[in-house]
Amino acid sequence: MSRAPLPYSPKILELFRNPKNLGRMDDADAWAVAGNPACGDMITFYLKVGEGEVVERASFESYGCAANIATSSILTEMVKGKTLREAWEISWKQVAEEVGGLPSVKFHCGVLAVGAMRRAIREYYKRRGETPSWIPKEPTFEEKQALEEEELAKRLAKRIGGGI
Amino acid sequence: MGRVEELIKAHGELEREVYLDFENSSPVPSEIVEAMLPYFNRIAYGNPTLTHKPGWEAYEAIWKSAEKIAGFIGAREPEEINFTPGETEANNLALMGAALKNRRNGRKIIVSEIEPLSVLHVCRMLENYGFITVKVPVDGEGFVDLEELKRAVDREVVLASFMSVNNEIGTIEPIKEIVEIVKDRSPEAIFHTDASDAYGRIPFHVERLGVDLATISSYKILGPRGVGALYVRSGVPLEKILEGQFGTQKLWPGVENTPLIMGFYSASEKAFANFERNVEHMRRLRDKLINGILEGVDEAILNGPRDDKRAPDNVNVSFLKCEGESLTVELSLKGVYVSSGSACTRRILQPSHVLLAIGRRFEEAHGSILMKVTRYHTDEDIDYVLRAIRESVARLRTIYGSMGG
Repeated sequence: MSRAPLPYSPKILELFRNPKNLGRMDDADAWAVAGNPACGDMITFYLKVGEGEVVERASFESYGCAANIATSSILTEMVKGKTLREAWEISWKQVAEEVGGLPSVKFHCGVLAVGAMRRAIREYYKRRGETPSWIPKEPTFEEKQALEEEELAKRLAKRIGGGI
Repeated sequence: MGRVEELIKAHGELEREVYLDFENSSPVPSEIVEAMLPYFNRIAYGNPTLTHKPGWEAYEAIWKSAEKIAGFIGAREPEEINFTPGETEANNLALMGAALKNRRNGRKIIVSEIEPLSVLHVCRMLENYGFITVKVPVDGEGFVDLEELKRAVDREVVLASFMSVNNEIGTIEPIKEIVEIVKDRSPEAIFHTDASDAYGRIPFHVERLGVDLATISSYKILGPRGVGALYVRSGVPLEKILEGQFGTQKLWPGVENTPLIMGFYSASEKAFANFERNVEHMRRLRDKLINGILEGVDEAILNGPRDDKRAPDNVNVSFLKCEGESLTVELSLKGVYVSSGSACTRRILQPSHVLLAIGRRFEEAHGSILMKVTRYHTDEDIDYVLRAIRESVARLRTIYGSMGG
């Protein structure tokens, strides 16, 4: 097993120790899960949306490494005050930049966080029965990655007979 | 991305530091460092193959080390001890050397599913040269399935490699029985065991077990890194795998590292002086740690067997709803240093092959931590570790939360 060294940035360590916006949101307007415990990382992303489709609050729960926790946490900060459309545009690279850079083996943490956030946005409109034109019909790269990870986990579990 | 200075600083003033990651590296106790020091510049700093005093001194020092280590493992001759730069190199030499030299005897290599990667990956490499690897499964505690083994071995088997003690989950394998099964069905087969986690912790005697090759490692018994040895029973044919200037070591070229070999020797002596007492001390702290975790933390599972079937130093526990890499970071911030079987540093999402082989689910393997206790640890150390684990798992589980459920 190759084990890359993990030079986490001070920002990642700080968010790992004192995560912002941690925890389940009981009055969320939408929430979504990405990843799978079998993959070793999973995120739940909660959204509270106010007037003009502006994100009032976001929160998260996480099962994963320090980078997973930090990227989820920073994204809940990044979306605050943005319209859902603006939030949608945040890329995993921006998330990575915001935490002071990610080691390459941890890029998928940023991807998974964005995937969870976009799923929550889709869920928000689904609940309202709306489909804004700016949401692509096909899943975006980040959403696809989350999906692939989940499918891979299922395949691996099936192959070795471990249940999920 | 490169510097980790800030991460180190973030630890601040630690109340106590307890290092338990003896699987991956080891601090060398001062008494062993002291034993090495003269050999850097006061004595025996010459090349042991040369005809001058510092060279003869080196020759003498290496010979004495080999003689003593041979005694500790029950080898007949000091020449049967071949120093290498470590466990990885000794395993590579054993497998490649035996397979290539004896290919006329057959093409089949038998191993267990839970061998170290320095065995399994060498097997994979040998497959490119026409060898076939058969992996024998293990049960839920890591014991080799002897019935499967009997079915798998035939005259085509040229080489078998089964570790004496599993490095991750501490399973003490029935090596004598495994040797008998293999040799009964393929008398020409060469039998190798990686005994790195057995040496100095359980009785290990190459003659009584009937093994042909055995790997031992220095840092796994608190000696310095960078040195290990392969026992090769006299008369067992082995191909060299590196070429160059050969000195006193017939199977490994290059200049012998006398200070490291002396460190290995000194570490061995200290492990075997008061062997019973050392082992009893480790076993007691091991059980204190295991029981303290299982009693103090919900949803914690022990990986591997208990009591006398388990190596006296090994503790491996999985925590559900708590990912292993996060736990190693959290524990580090409290001064407790452990490793994890989590896949978190890899993109292909494969956690420890040993934990999967004993039937652990992925999420159980991801939440595992591996610790080893030594004769130097105290009850206070273990009390501190138990508190740190309880607090760390509890905090990480608040991050897991309800997970949308």
